[in-house]
Amino acid sequence: MDQRPPDHITAAPSLAAKPPIVTLDGVSKAYANGTVALRDVNLSIGRAQFVSLLGPSGCGKSTLLRLIAGLGDLTGGRIDWPGSAKASDGTPKRDLGFVFQEPTLMPWANVFDNVYLPLKLGRLSRKQARPRIMDALAMVGLEKFERSYPRELSGGMKMRVSIARALITRPSVLLMDEPFAALDEITRFRLNDDLLRLWAGRDWTVIFVTHSVYESVYLSNRIVVMGARPGRITADLAIDAPYPRSEAFRMIPAYNEYCRMVSAELHATMGEASPE
Amino acid sequence: MSTSAEPVAQRADRRLIALRIALPILVGVVFLGTWQILVTWLQVPKFVLPAPSLIATAFVDDFASLMGSLWFTLTVTVEAFILAVVGGVALAVLFSQSEIVATALFPYAVILQVTPVVSIAPLIIIWVGYDNVRVALLILAWIVAFFPVLSNTTLGLRSTDHNLRNLMQLYGASRWRILTEVQFPSALPYLLAGMKISGGLSLIGAVVAEFVAGSGASTGLAWRIIEAGNRLDIPRMFAALALLSVLGIAIFGVLSAFEYLMLRHWHESAVRREN
Repeated sequence: MDQRPPDHITAAPSLAAKPPIVTLDGVSKAYANGTVALRDVNLSIGRAQFVSLLGPSGCGKSTLLRLIAGLGDLTGGRIDWPGSAKASDGTPKRDLGFVFQEPTLMPWANVFDNVYLPLKLGRLSRKQARPRIMDALAMVGLEKFERSYPRELSGGMKMRVSIARALITRPSVLLMDEPFAALDEITRFRLNDDLLRLWAGRDWTVIFVTHSVYESVYLSNRIVVMGARPGRITADLAIDAPYPRSEAFRMIPAYNEYCRMVSAELHATMGEASPE
Repeated sequence: MSTSAEPVAQRADRRLIALRIALPILVGVVFLGTWQILVTWLQVPKFVLPAPSLIATAFVDDFASLMGSLWFTLTVTVEAFILAVVGGVALAVLFSQSEIVATALFPYAVILQVTPVVSIAPLIIIWVGYDNVRVALLILAWIVAFFPVLSNTTLGLRSTDHNLRNLMQLYGASRWRILTEVQFPSALPYLLAGMKISGGLSLIGAVVAEFVAGSGASTGLAWRIIEAGNRLDIPRMFAALALLSVLGIAIFGVLSAFEYLMLRHWHESAVRREN
Protein backbone atom coordinates (compact mmCIF):
# COMPACT_ATOMS: atom_id res chain seq x y z
CA MET A 1 0.00 0.00 0.00
CA ASP A 2 1.04 3.55 -0.63
CA GLN A 3 3.17 4.77 2.26
CA ARG A 4 2.90 8.42 1.25
CA PRO A 5 0.78 10.49 3.62
CA PRO A 6 -2.52 11.58 2.11
CA ASP A 7 -2.12 14.94 0.44
CA HIS A 8 -4.49 16.76 2.80
CA ILE A 9 -2.05 16.08 5.61
CA THR A 10 0.26 19.02 5.94
CA ALA A 11 3.56 19.18 7.73
CA ALA A 12 3.48 20.74 11.15
CA PRO A 13 5.57 23.89 10.56
CA SER A 14 2.40 25.70 9.51
CA LEU A 15 1.21 25.26 13.07
CA ALA A 16 4.54 26.30 14.55
CA ALA A 17 4.31 29.55 12.61
CA LYS A 18 1.86 30.95 15.18
CA PRO A 19 3.61 32.99 17.87
CA PRO A 20 5.22 30.30 20.02
CA ILE A 21 4.35 29.97 23.67
CA VAL A 22 7.35 27.79 24.43
CA THR A 23 10.47 27.05 22.39
CA LEU A 24 13.00 24.29 22.97
CA ASP A 25 16.38 24.94 21.46
CA GLY A 26 18.92 22.09 21.29
CA VAL A 27 17.64 20.59 24.53
CA SER A 28 19.72 17.67 25.81
CA LYS A 29 19.49 15.65 28.96
CA ALA A 30 22.01 13.10 30.19
CA TYR A 31 21.77 11.33 33.53
CA ALA A 32 24.70 10.94 35.91
CA ASN A 33 25.09 7.28 34.89
CA GLY A 34 25.82 8.38 31.31
CA THR A 35 22.43 7.55 29.82
CA VAL A 36 21.49 10.13 27.22
CA ALA A 37 17.76 10.64 27.66
CA LEU A 38 17.40 13.43 25.10
CA ARG A 39 19.71 14.74 22.37
CA ASP A 40 19.32 18.04 20.57
CA VAL A 41 15.56 18.46 20.77
CA ASN A 42 14.21 21.48 18.88
CA LEU A 43 10.55 22.23 19.22
CA SER A 44 8.34 25.26 19.09
CA ILE A 45 4.82 25.02 20.44
CA GLY A 46 2.21 27.67 19.77
CA ARG A 47 -0.89 28.87 21.50
CA ALA A 48 -4.05 26.75 21.22
CA GLN A 49 -2.18 23.69 20.00
CA PHE A 50 -3.00 20.25 21.26
CA VAL A 51 0.36 18.52 20.86
CA SER A 52 0.92 14.85 21.52
CA LEU A 53 4.41 13.58 22.24
CA LEU A 54 4.25 10.03 20.92
CA GLY A 55 6.93 7.41 21.12
CA PRO A 56 8.03 4.02 22.39
CA SER A 57 8.92 3.69 26.07
CA GLY A 58 12.40 4.99 26.77
CA CYS A 59 12.26 7.71 24.12
CA GLY A 60 12.41 10.43 26.77
CA LYS A 61 8.95 11.87 26.15
CA SER A 62 8.15 12.02 29.87
CA THR A 63 11.58 13.48 30.57
CA LEU A 64 10.96 16.13 27.95
CA LEU A 65 7.61 17.01 29.51
CA ARG A 66 9.20 17.31 32.96
CA LEU A 67 11.93 19.56 31.58
CA ILE A 68 9.29 21.79 29.99
CA ALA A 69 7.62 21.92 33.41
CA GLY A 70 10.90 23.00 34.96
CA LEU A 71 11.34 19.78 36.92
CA GLY A 72 14.99 18.84 36.53
CA ASP A 73 17.94 20.57 34.91
CA LEU A 74 18.91 20.58 31.26
CA THR A 75 22.30 19.19 30.31
CA GLY A 76 22.35 21.39 27.22
CA GLY A 77 20.25 23.82 25.23
CA ARG A 78 17.54 26.10 26.49
CA ILE A 79 13.79 26.36 26.98
CA ASP A 80 12.18 29.76 26.49
CA TRP A 81 8.73 31.11 27.19
CA PRO A 82 8.67 34.10 24.83
CA GLY A 83 5.33 35.56 25.84
CA SER A 84 5.47 34.95 29.56
CA ALA A 85 5.94 37.56 32.22
CA LYS A 86 9.16 37.43 34.18
CA ALA A 87 9.23 37.00 37.93
CA SER A 88 11.18 39.46 40.05
CA ASP A 89 14.30 37.26 39.84
CA GLY A 90 14.18 37.21 36.04
CA THR A 91 13.02 33.60 35.67
CA PRO A 92 9.92 33.23 33.52
CA LYS A 93 6.70 32.81 35.45
CA ARG A 94 5.52 29.49 34.16
CA ASP A 95 1.81 29.39 33.93
CA LEU A 96 1.35 25.63 33.90
CA GLY A 97 -0.84 22.79 34.99
CA PHE A 98 0.55 19.28 35.25
CA VAL A 99 -1.26 15.95 35.28
CA PHE A 100 0.80 12.89 36.15
CA GLN A 101 0.22 9.32 35.06
CA GLU A 102 -1.00 8.60 38.60
CA PRO A 103 -3.71 10.91 39.98
CA THR A 104 -1.15 12.06 42.62
CA LEU A 105 -3.77 13.27 45.07
CA MET A 106 -3.21 13.88 48.75
CA PRO A 107 -4.94 10.89 50.40
CA TRP A 108 -5.47 12.79 53.66
CA ALA A 109 -7.40 15.60 51.99
CA ASN A 110 -10.86 15.47 50.47
CA VAL A 111 -11.63 16.35 46.85
CA PHE A 112 -12.23 20.02 47.66
CA ASP A 113 -8.92 20.45 49.47
CA ASN A 114 -7.02 18.58 46.78
CA VAL A 115 -8.28 20.96 44.11
CA TYR A 116 -7.74 23.90 46.49
CA LEU A 117 -4.00 23.14 46.88
CA PRO A 118 -2.63 25.30 44.00
CA LEU A 119 -4.77 28.26 45.08
CA LYS A 120 -3.80 27.75 48.71
CA LEU A 121 -0.17 27.96 47.64
CA GLY A 122 -1.13 31.18 45.87
CA ARG A 123 -2.41 32.44 49.24
CA LEU A 124 -6.07 32.51 48.28
CA SER A 125 -8.42 31.88 51.20
CA ARG A 126 -10.82 28.93 51.11
CA LYS A 127 -13.72 31.32 50.94
CA GLN A 128 -12.32 33.24 47.98
CA ALA A 129 -11.36 30.01 46.26
CA ARG A 130 -14.66 28.25 46.80
CA PRO A 131 -16.56 29.41 43.66
CA ARG A 132 -13.60 28.60 41.45
CA ILE A 133 -13.18 25.17 42.98
CA MET A 134 -16.86 24.37 42.58
CA ASP A 135 -16.66 25.52 38.94
CA ALA A 136 -13.66 23.31 38.32
CA LEU A 137 -15.39 20.34 39.95
CA ALA A 138 -18.51 20.97 37.89
CA MET A 139 -16.34 21.06 34.77
CA VAL A 140 -15.15 17.50 35.44
CA GLY A 141 -18.56 16.38 36.71
CA LEU A 142 -17.61 15.92 40.35
CA GLU A 143 -19.49 18.76 42.05
CA LYS A 144 -21.27 16.27 44.32
CA PHE A 145 -18.02 14.75 45.53
CA GLU A 146 -16.30 17.73 47.16
CA ARG A 147 -16.27 16.00 50.54
CA SER A 148 -15.17 12.58 49.32
CA TYR A 149 -11.70 11.28 50.00
CA PRO A 150 -9.59 9.95 47.13
CA ARG A 151 -9.84 6.37 48.39
CA GLU A 152 -13.59 6.53 47.96
CA LEU A 153 -13.30 7.38 44.24
CA SER A 154 -12.75 5.21 41.17
CA GLY A 155 -9.59 5.54 39.09
CA GLY A 156 -11.35 7.67 36.48
CA MET A 157 -12.82 9.99 39.12
CA LYS A 158 -9.43 10.44 40.76
CA MET A 159 -8.01 11.41 37.38
CA ARG A 160 -10.82 13.96 36.97
CA VAL A 161 -9.89 15.48 40.32
CA SER A 162 -6.30 15.64 39.15
CA ILE A 163 -7.40 17.44 35.97
CA ALA A 164 -9.58 19.85 37.96
CA ARG A 165 -6.60 20.63 40.18
CA ALA A 166 -4.38 21.27 37.14
CA LEU A 167 -6.97 23.61 35.59
CA ILE A 168 -7.86 25.54 38.75
CA THR A 169 -5.11 28.11 38.17
CA ARG A 170 -6.41 28.63 34.58
CA PRO A 171 -3.01 27.81 33.11
CA SER A 172 -2.14 28.69 29.54
CA VAL A 173 -0.33 25.37 29.13
CA LEU A 174 -1.50 22.01 30.43
CA LEU A 175 1.13 19.27 30.56
CA MET A 176 -0.13 15.70 30.76
CA ASP A 177 2.11 12.67 31.26
CA GLU A 178 0.26 9.58 29.98
CA PRO A 179 -2.66 10.57 32.18
CA PHE A 180 -5.08 7.88 31.03
CA ALA A 181 -2.65 4.99 30.50
CA ALA A 182 -3.70 3.19 33.67
CA LEU A 183 -7.44 3.46 33.01
CA ASP A 184 -9.77 1.03 31.26
CA GLU A 185 -10.73 1.79 27.67
CA ILE A 186 -14.29 2.96 28.37
CA THR A 187 -13.12 5.42 31.02
CA ARG A 188 -10.25 6.53 28.80
CA PHE A 189 -12.58 7.30 25.87
CA ARG A 190 -14.87 9.28 28.12
CA LEU A 191 -11.99 11.28 29.60
CA ASN A 192 -10.63 11.91 26.09
CA ASP A 193 -13.94 13.50 25.16
CA ASP A 194 -14.08 15.48 28.40
CA LEU A 195 -10.59 16.76 27.82
CA LEU A 196 -11.43 17.88 24.28
CA ARG A 197 -14.57 19.59 25.54
CA LEU A 198 -12.51 21.46 28.16
CA TRP A 199 -9.88 22.39 25.62
CA ALA A 200 -12.34 23.58 22.96
CA GLY A 201 -13.24 27.23 22.97
CA ARG A 202 -10.30 28.13 25.16
CA ASP A 203 -7.12 29.64 24.03
CA TRP A 204 -4.78 27.27 25.80
CA THR A 205 -2.22 24.68 24.88
CA VAL A 206 -2.05 21.04 25.83
CA ILE A 207 1.13 18.98 25.66
CA PHE A 208 0.10 15.38 25.99
CA VAL A 209 2.49 12.45 26.38
CA THR A 210 1.13 9.12 25.18
CA HIS A 211 2.21 5.85 23.65
CA SER A 212 -1.13 5.29 21.95
CA VAL A 213 -1.35 6.17 18.26
CA TYR A 214 -5.15 6.17 18.39
CA GLU A 215 -5.35 8.41 21.39
CA SER A 216 -2.89 10.91 19.92
CA VAL A 217 -4.74 11.11 16.59
CA TYR A 218 -8.11 11.44 18.28
CA LEU A 219 -7.03 14.28 20.53
CA SER A 220 -4.32 16.31 18.85
CA ASN A 221 -3.90 18.75 16.05
CA ARG A 222 -0.18 18.05 16.09
CA ILE A 223 1.79 14.89 16.82
CA VAL A 224 5.49 14.93 17.61
CA VAL A 225 6.92 11.43 17.12
CA MET A 226 9.97 10.60 19.20
CA GLY A 227 12.58 7.86 18.93
CA ALA A 228 14.66 6.17 21.59
CA ARG A 229 18.35 5.78 22.37
CA PRO A 230 18.96 8.64 22.39
CA GLY A 231 15.61 10.38 22.78
CA ARG A 232 14.99 12.65 19.80
CA ILE A 233 12.24 14.00 17.59
CA THR A 234 11.82 12.00 14.39
CA ALA A 235 8.63 13.42 12.92
CA ASP A 236 6.32 16.36 13.40
CA LEU A 237 2.86 15.81 11.93
CA ALA A 238 -0.24 17.95 11.68
CA ILE A 239 -3.67 16.39 12.19
CA ASP A 240 -5.89 18.80 10.31
CA ALA A 241 -9.26 17.28 11.17
CA PRO A 242 -11.67 19.85 12.54
CA TYR A 243 -12.90 20.08 16.13
CA PRO A 244 -15.19 19.32 17.84
CA ARG A 245 -14.39 15.66 17.44
CA SER A 246 -16.56 12.94 18.87
CA GLU A 247 -16.88 9.17 18.76
CA ALA A 248 -18.03 9.57 15.14
CA PHE A 249 -14.55 10.83 14.30
CA ARG A 250 -13.16 7.37 15.08
CA MET A 251 -15.34 5.93 12.32
CA ILE A 252 -14.39 8.17 9.39
CA PRO A 253 -11.73 7.20 6.82
CA ALA A 254 -9.56 10.25 7.53
CA TYR A 255 -9.11 9.13 11.13
CA ASN A 256 -7.94 5.73 9.97
CA GLU A 257 -5.62 7.27 7.46
CA TYR A 258 -4.05 9.50 10.09
CA CYS A 259 -3.64 6.52 12.37
CA ARG A 260 -1.95 4.56 9.58
CA MET A 261 0.37 7.45 8.79
CA VAL A 262 1.34 8.08 12.42
CA SER A 263 1.79 4.38 12.98
CA ALA A 264 4.07 4.16 9.94
CA GLU A 265 6.17 7.04 11.29
CA LEU A 266 6.37 5.37 14.66
CA HIS A 267 7.53 2.07 13.14
CA ALA A 268 10.07 3.85 10.97
CA THR A 269 11.35 5.55 14.12
CA MET A 270 11.71 2.24 15.85
CA GLY A 271 13.63 0.87 12.84
CA GLU A 272 11.00 -1.68 12.03
CA ALA A 273 8.98 -2.35 8.93
CA SER A 274 5.47 -1.02 9.05
CA PRO A 275 3.03 -3.86 9.71
CA GLU A 276 1.30 -3.13 6.41
CA MET B 1 -25.27 0.89 51.19
CA SER B 2 -29.01 0.31 51.18
CA THR B 3 -31.02 1.63 54.09
CA SER B 4 -32.58 -1.72 54.87
CA ALA B 5 -29.18 -3.34 55.24
CA GLU B 6 -27.89 -0.68 57.60
CA PRO B 7 -29.65 -1.70 60.84
CA VAL B 8 -28.56 -5.30 60.31
CA ALA B 9 -24.96 -4.20 59.82
CA GLN B 10 -25.16 -1.92 62.84
CA ARG B 11 -26.60 -4.67 65.01
CA ALA B 12 -23.82 -6.99 63.92
CA ASP B 13 -21.32 -4.23 64.71
CA ARG B 14 -22.68 -3.67 68.18
CA ARG B 15 -22.59 -7.38 68.90
CA LEU B 16 -18.97 -7.49 67.78
CA ILE B 17 -18.01 -4.53 69.99
CA ALA B 18 -19.83 -6.03 73.01
CA LEU B 19 -18.03 -9.31 72.41
CA ARG B 20 -14.70 -7.55 72.15
CA ILE B 21 -15.20 -5.96 75.57
CA ALA B 22 -16.98 -8.83 77.30
CA LEU B 23 -14.65 -11.61 76.24
CA PRO B 24 -11.42 -10.26 77.79
CA ILE B 25 -13.33 -9.29 80.95
CA LEU B 26 -14.72 -12.80 81.22
CA VAL B 27 -11.22 -14.26 80.85
CA GLY B 28 -9.98 -11.89 83.58
CA VAL B 29 -12.76 -12.83 85.98
CA VAL B 30 -12.22 -16.56 85.43
CA PHE B 31 -8.47 -16.09 85.90
CA LEU B 32 -8.83 -14.12 89.16
CA GLY B 33 -11.47 -16.58 90.45
CA THR B 34 -9.25 -19.59 89.76
CA TRP B 35 -6.33 -17.78 91.38
CA GLN B 36 -8.38 -16.99 94.50
CA ILE B 37 -9.68 -20.57 94.80
CA LEU B 38 -6.30 -22.24 94.20
CA VAL B 39 -4.42 -19.97 96.65
CA THR B 40 -7.01 -20.57 99.37
CA TRP B 41 -7.29 -24.31 98.68
CA LEU B 42 -3.53 -24.96 98.48
CA GLN B 43 -2.85 -22.55 101.37
CA VAL B 44 -0.10 -20.70 99.49
CA PRO B 45 1.67 -18.30 101.91
CA LYS B 46 0.82 -14.66 101.16
CA PHE B 47 4.51 -13.66 100.82
CA VAL B 48 4.76 -16.06 97.86
CA LEU B 49 1.49 -15.49 96.08
CA PRO B 50 -1.22 -13.44 97.78
CA ALA B 51 -4.87 -14.01 96.89
CA PRO B 52 -6.51 -11.34 94.71
CA SER B 53 -8.73 -10.38 97.64
CA LEU B 54 -5.64 -9.65 99.74
CA ILE B 55 -4.16 -7.54 96.94
CA ALA B 56 -7.41 -5.60 96.74
CA THR B 57 -7.28 -5.02 100.51
CA ALA B 58 -3.68 -3.80 100.24
CA PHE B 59 -4.76 -1.50 97.44
CA VAL B 60 -7.53 0.03 99.56
CA ASP B 61 -5.29 0.33 102.66
CA ASP B 62 -2.46 2.03 100.78
CA PHE B 63 -4.71 3.94 98.43
CA ALA B 64 -3.34 7.40 99.23
CA SER B 65 0.35 6.52 98.93
CA LEU B 66 -0.22 4.36 95.84
CA MET B 67 -2.15 7.14 94.14
CA GLY B 68 0.62 9.61 94.98
CA SER B 69 3.14 7.26 93.41
CA LEU B 70 0.92 6.68 90.39
CA TRP B 71 0.67 10.43 89.89
CA PHE B 72 4.46 10.78 90.15
CA THR B 73 5.14 8.02 87.61
CA LEU B 74 2.35 9.24 85.34
CA THR B 75 3.67 12.81 85.21
CA VAL B 76 7.27 11.70 84.61
CA THR B 77 6.08 9.37 81.83
CA VAL B 78 3.85 11.94 80.16
CA GLU B 79 6.47 14.69 80.34
CA ALA B 80 9.17 12.38 78.95
CA PHE B 81 6.78 11.26 76.22
CA ILE B 82 5.90 14.82 75.18
CA LEU B 83 9.57 15.79 75.13
CA ALA B 84 10.34 12.63 73.13
CA VAL B 85 7.70 13.46 70.52
CA VAL B 86 8.74 17.12 70.27
CA GLY B 87 12.46 16.27 70.19
CA GLY B 88 12.04 13.32 67.83
CA VAL B 89 9.92 15.27 65.35
CA ALA B 90 12.21 18.33 65.52
CA LEU B 91 15.28 16.18 64.85
CA ALA B 92 13.51 14.32 62.05
CA VAL B 93 12.57 17.62 60.37
CA LEU B 94 16.16 18.80 60.72
CA PHE B 95 17.42 15.52 59.23
CA SER B 96 14.97 15.75 56.33
CA GLN B 97 16.10 19.28 55.46
CA SER B 98 19.82 18.60 55.48
CA GLU B 99 21.45 15.39 54.32
CA ILE B 100 24.71 16.55 55.94
CA VAL B 101 23.17 17.03 59.37
CA ALA B 102 21.40 13.67 59.07
CA THR B 103 24.59 11.84 58.09
CA ALA B 104 26.55 13.53 60.86
CA LEU B 105 24.08 13.01 63.70
CA PHE B 106 22.07 9.88 62.99
CA PRO B 107 24.78 7.45 64.22
CA TYR B 108 24.80 9.24 67.58
CA ALA B 109 21.04 8.93 67.88
CA VAL B 110 21.50 5.21 67.27
CA ILE B 111 24.25 4.99 69.90
CA LEU B 112 21.97 6.68 72.41
CA GLN B 113 19.28 4.19 71.54
CA VAL B 114 21.29 0.95 71.66
CA THR B 115 23.10 1.69 74.92
CA PRO B 116 20.98 0.05 77.66
CA VAL B 117 19.35 2.73 79.76
CA VAL B 118 20.14 0.82 82.96
CA SER B 119 23.83 1.29 82.26
CA ILE B 120 23.62 5.07 81.71
CA ALA B 121 21.22 5.67 84.58
CA PRO B 122 23.78 5.83 87.43
CA LEU B 123 25.87 8.33 85.49
CA ILE B 124 22.91 10.60 84.72
CA ILE B 125 21.76 10.45 88.35
CA ILE B 126 25.23 11.43 89.58
CA TRP B 127 25.35 14.29 87.09
CA VAL B 128 22.01 15.82 87.99
CA GLY B 129 22.42 15.01 91.70
CA TYR B 130 20.39 12.90 94.09
CA ASP B 131 18.26 15.86 95.05
CA ASN B 132 17.13 16.10 91.44
CA VAL B 133 16.19 12.51 90.76
CA ARG B 134 13.01 13.54 88.97
CA VAL B 135 15.05 15.37 86.32
CA ALA B 136 17.27 12.30 85.94
CA LEU B 137 14.20 10.12 85.44
CA LEU B 138 12.91 12.52 82.80
CA ILE B 139 16.21 12.47 80.92
CA LEU B 140 16.44 8.68 81.05
CA ALA B 141 12.84 8.11 79.99
CA TRP B 142 13.38 10.59 77.14
CA ILE B 143 16.50 8.75 75.93
CA VAL B 144 14.52 5.51 75.74
CA ALA B 145 11.45 7.05 74.14
CA PHE B 146 12.64 9.53 71.51
CA PHE B 147 14.23 7.12 69.03
CA PRO B 148 11.07 5.45 67.66
CA VAL B 149 9.61 8.91 67.00
CA LEU B 150 12.80 10.09 65.32
CA SER B 151 13.32 7.07 63.08
CA ASN B 152 9.65 6.68 62.14
CA THR B 153 9.17 10.36 61.36
CA THR B 154 12.39 10.45 59.34
CA LEU B 155 11.16 7.50 57.29
CA GLY B 156 7.74 9.12 56.91
CA LEU B 157 9.11 12.45 55.72
CA ARG B 158 11.20 10.61 53.13
CA SER B 159 8.28 8.52 51.89
CA THR B 160 6.32 11.44 50.48
CA ASP B 161 4.99 10.77 46.98
CA HIS B 162 7.71 12.08 44.69
CA ASN B 163 5.22 13.45 42.16
CA LEU B 164 3.34 15.29 44.87
CA ARG B 165 6.60 16.97 45.83
CA ASN B 166 7.24 17.80 42.15
CA LEU B 167 3.78 19.30 41.94
CA MET B 168 4.55 21.56 44.89
CA GLN B 169 7.79 22.67 43.20
CA LEU B 170 5.84 23.35 40.02
CA TYR B 171 3.67 25.81 41.92
CA GLY B 172 6.75 27.43 43.40
CA ALA B 173 6.12 26.23 46.96
CA SER B 174 8.87 26.95 49.48
CA ARG B 175 10.61 24.14 51.38
CA TRP B 176 8.57 25.03 54.42
CA ARG B 177 5.29 24.81 52.48
CA ILE B 178 6.32 21.46 51.00
CA LEU B 179 7.10 20.25 54.52
CA THR B 180 3.84 21.41 56.06
CA GLU B 181 1.49 20.72 53.16
CA VAL B 182 2.64 17.30 51.94
CA GLN B 183 5.62 15.88 53.82
CA PHE B 184 4.20 16.19 57.29
CA PRO B 185 0.77 14.70 56.50
CA SER B 186 2.51 11.85 54.64
CA ALA B 187 4.66 11.20 57.70
CA LEU B 188 1.73 11.30 60.13
CA PRO B 189 0.89 7.55 60.06
CA TYR B 190 4.57 6.76 60.66
CA LEU B 191 4.78 9.32 63.48
CA LEU B 192 1.66 7.92 65.16
CA ALA B 193 3.04 4.37 64.99
CA GLY B 194 6.27 5.67 66.52
CA MET B 195 4.31 7.42 69.25
CA LYS B 196 2.55 4.20 70.23
CA ILE B 197 5.91 2.49 70.74
CA SER B 198 7.34 5.56 72.40
CA GLY B 199 4.46 5.84 74.89
CA GLY B 200 5.17 2.37 76.26
CA LEU B 201 8.90 3.03 76.29
CA SER B 202 8.44 6.27 78.26
CA LEU B 203 6.79 4.27 81.03
CA ILE B 204 9.48 1.59 80.90
CA GLY B 205 12.15 4.31 80.98
CA ALA B 206 10.57 6.06 83.95
CA VAL B 207 10.24 2.80 85.91
CA VAL B 208 13.68 1.37 85.08
CA ALA B 209 15.37 4.68 85.89
CA GLU B 210 13.63 4.79 89.23
CA PHE B 211 14.75 1.25 90.01
CA VAL B 212 18.34 2.29 89.33
CA ALA B 213 18.01 5.55 91.26
CA GLY B 214 16.88 3.31 94.06
CA SER B 215 16.86 5.81 96.91
CA GLY B 216 13.89 7.16 98.79
CA ALA B 217 14.34 10.44 97.00
CA SER B 218 11.97 9.31 94.30
CA THR B 219 8.45 8.30 95.07
CA GLY B 220 7.04 6.61 91.96
CA LEU B 221 5.44 3.22 91.56
CA ALA B 222 8.84 1.58 90.97
CA TRP B 223 9.95 2.71 94.40
CA ARG B 224 6.73 1.34 95.94
CA ILE B 225 7.60 -2.04 94.41
CA ILE B 226 11.18 -2.00 95.76
CA GLU B 227 9.96 -0.84 99.16
CA ALA B 228 7.27 -3.53 99.34
CA GLY B 229 9.80 -6.14 98.21
CA ASN B 230 12.23 -5.15 100.95
CA ARG B 231 9.45 -5.56 103.51
CA LEU B 232 8.17 -8.77 101.92
CA ASP B 233 4.83 -7.00 101.62
CA ILE B 234 3.89 -8.94 98.49
CA PRO B 235 0.19 -7.91 98.32
CA ARG B 236 1.28 -4.28 98.17
CA MET B 237 3.85 -5.15 95.51
CA PHE B 238 1.11 -6.72 93.41
CA ALA B 239 -1.10 -3.69 93.91
CA ALA B 240 1.66 -1.38 92.60
CA LEU B 241 2.33 -3.79 89.74
CA ALA B 242 -1.35 -3.85 88.78
CA LEU B 243 -1.39 -0.04 88.74
CA LEU B 244 1.63 -0.02 86.41
CA SER B 245 -0.13 -2.40 84.03
CA VAL B 246 -3.27 -0.27 84.06
CA LEU B 247 -1.16 2.81 83.38
CA GLY B 248 0.58 1.07 80.45
CA ILE B 249 -2.73 -0.08 79.00
CA ALA B 250 -4.21 3.40 79.40
CA ILE B 251 -1.28 5.00 77.57
CA PHE B 252 -1.59 2.50 74.74
CA GLY B 253 -5.37 2.95 74.62
CA VAL B 254 -5.21 6.73 74.48
CA LEU B 255 -2.55 6.70 71.76
CA SER B 256 -4.43 4.10 69.70
CA ALA B 257 -7.61 6.18 69.93
CA PHE B 258 -5.66 9.29 68.93
CA GLU B 259 -4.18 7.42 65.96
CA TYR B 260 -7.62 6.27 64.85
CA LEU B 261 -9.05 9.79 65.11
CA MET B 262 -6.23 11.24 63.03
CA LEU B 263 -6.28 8.60 60.29
CA ARG B 264 -9.85 7.35 60.13
CA HIS B 265 -10.72 9.24 56.95
CA TRP B 266 -7.89 8.24 54.74
CA HIS B 267 -5.30 5.75 55.92
CA GLU B 268 -5.58 2.06 55.06
CA SER B 269 -4.80 1.10 58.65
CA ALA B 270 -7.77 3.00 60.09
CA VAL B 271 -10.34 2.88 57.32
CA ARG B 272 -13.07 0.30 57.78
CA ARG B 273 -13.73 -1.97 54.86
CA GLU B 274 -17.13 -3.20 53.93
CA ASN B 275 -15.94 -6.39 52.32
